[in-house]
Amino acid sequence: MNLRRLSAMVYKEGLQILRDPRSLAIALVMPLMQMALLGYGVSLDIKHVPICVYDQEMSQLSRSITQRFDAAGWFSTVRTLGSQSELSRAMDGGTCIAAVVVPVDFSRRLAATGSAPLQAVFDATDVNTSNIAQGYLLGVLADVNARIAADYRDAHGLRSASLGQVDLQASTWFNETLDSRNFIIPGVVAVILALIGAQLTSLTVSREWERGTMEQLISTPVTALEVMLGKLIPYFAVGMVDAGVCLALAVYWFDVPFRGALSTLAVATALFSLVILGIGYLISVRFRSQLAASQIALLVTLMPTTLLSGYTFPIDQMPRPIQLATLVVYPRYFITILRGIFLKGSTLADLWQPMLGLVAFAAAIVWLAAIAFRKWLD
Amino acid sequence: MIAESLSKRFGDFTAVDQLSLRIGRGEVMGFIGPNGAGKSTTIRMLCGLIPPSGGRATVAGFDVGRESQRVREHIGYMSQKFSLYSDLTVGENLRFFAGIYRVPTKELGPRMRYAVSMAGLEGQQDTLVGTLAGGWKQRLALGCAILHRPPVLFLDEPTSGVEPEARRRFWDLIHDLAAEGVTTLVSTHYMDEAEYCNRIALIDRGRLVAIGSPGELRERGLGGALYELACRPLGAAVEALQGQSGVLEAAIFGDRMHVVADPAMLGLPALVERLRAGGIEVDAAGPAPPSLEDVFVHLVARGRDRRITS
Repeated sequence: MNLRRLSAMVYKEGLQILRDPRSLAIALVMPLMQMALLGYGVSLDIKHVPICVYDQEMSQLSRSITQRFDAAGWFSTVRTLGSQSELSRAMDGGTCIAAVVVPVDFSRRLAATGSAPLQAVFDATDVNTSNIAQGYLLGVLADVNARIAADYRDAHGLRSASLGQVDLQASTWFNETLDSRNFIIPGVVAVILALIGAQLTSLTVSREWERGTMEQLISTPVTALEVMLGKLIPYFAVGMVDAGVCLALAVYWFDVPFRGALSTLAVATALFSLVILGIGYLISVRFRSQLAASQIALLVTLMPTTLLSGYTFPIDQMPRPIQLATLVVYPRYFITILRGIFLKGSTLADLWQPMLGLVAFAAAIVWLAAIAFRKWLD
Repeated sequence: MIAESLSKRFGDFTAVDQLSLRIGRGEVMGFIGPNGAGKSTTIRMLCGLIPPSGGRATVAGFDVGRESQRVREHIGYMSQKFSLYSDLTVGENLRFFAGIYRVPTKELGPRMRYAVSMAGLEGQQDTLVGTLAGGWKQRLALGCAILHRPPVLFLDEPTSGVEPEARRRFWDLIHDLAAEGVTTLVSTHYMDEAEYCNRIALIDRGRLVAIGSPGELRERGLGGALYELACRPLGAAVEALQGQSGVLEAAIFGDRMHVVADPAMLGLPALVERLRAGGIEVDAAGPAPPSLEDVFVHLVARGRDRRITS
């Protein structure tokens, strides 16, 4: 390792990045586009679920219940129905995702037995949405139950304690507003780094092969380690700038809470960048055509980052074998760390496990990259 | 630079077959041979770019197989394909290679100025290399290859695709460097360029066919004396001589006949006598200086015949 040769490599590689409008665009514009697209486009929240109400009773009580659906903002009543066949048509036509039916004897049964059924019909074509809608509906009804119980106590002059009522007070931690954007956006940083990092480095070595400059480079005293570091250092800088832009956007534009230490985040981001850039470089050494290299890079970096890292699909809900498989999906460690730092304010001590995972991956990839490039032509 | 029985095999194909060669300090050795003869492969082995499959070679005192790193520090190399960075300027390319070759910082300025003036690119330091014409590119590539003052220079067809005037200038540069003691191995397929070399190594199918100065090769290369005769009818004359004792070769050459004869067995007067006896009119006859091209064609053909019969 010689610093003079290394700095010459960094100098050359840096100039080439600046001279190549395509790389520069990938490096600078892509993160902004991705952030906007993923920040605005991806949302796991469901608001204003369209529902229909078929109130067969039309009593004061039934009306007070149906009005509650709209009040919470989770549902919006798009139509009031007058018959069972109308309900079928509304569901078939996709007018609503859920329909609530208040039976004709609802108030009477409630008064007589203390409980009465409500019917709710869900369109489960989209299982995820219908599950969430069910959850919201149960929430509304729990509220209704509590009201009815309170009214009953008041009417009979009972104190609440004597009834032994359990009052559930749910409190949500870390993501108080239950906004899925807070959950998604920290992960977007990982996705963007994965997307552009490997794309950029995957081209650096194959480009030299394609343009014939590699033969000249190999004929010089430059060592394989110097080539690797010389190619990674400028892109590492680009990656860190990109990460900084994304993080700033997350905090100042998308208002994602940031509760941890910036230094912990910087360390994790640096490690993840090393892994991604190293993978791109390894691919580039292996494939001498730029096209092949960039395709493979997409496959091994972006796919695991979006699908298996817990970025959108929670890992603990995956089947057991796939959960085990995610142990080698390096982005999961970074995404865990990102969410921990952003939402929970986790410290290095809390995050030592995923941090160790990243360190192990970074060390392995950089070692592989250092030995991968052999200074021979064939 | 010494090569001993240097060989390179790619699978079943032997690209370089037991090649032995010595080039002295300050010598310009030309490497001549048909396409695919193994010129580039040999040069790449000598530069330490590909490992030899057999034999050994030392360049500037370092073994190309075991000490390729040291070899690389002591050579300048220009590959067949232009291989500077087209998206960098003249100055940036020079600065990059100066860094890679660890040119002492205080000498950086003078050496870069020298390389720029050698390439004839004064005032064009900020021009992107990709926009330069062929001749300038090649001279700049040479400039980059000698920034670190290497004692040995390998140039693989440095002038291919360069116009004649620029080629001439390029060879002047090579001789300037040789005068300073730089040892050069340069491959070419231009026969006129062979004349500029101190010595020529002719290779075909991976084997060294002949080696010597241009003068020596012209004298001995054909294995006999070359005579040029104007005679009629031309076809009958060639037929009459082929296979005769003392005649090594007889062929039509434009409107004349070229005959290579063993001077000990068949002198020019005897040759003319023999033709006239056969009823052929000889208008003019005399010794002709063989061109290097004649010699190479002859040697390559002879080498191949031998290999087929052996």
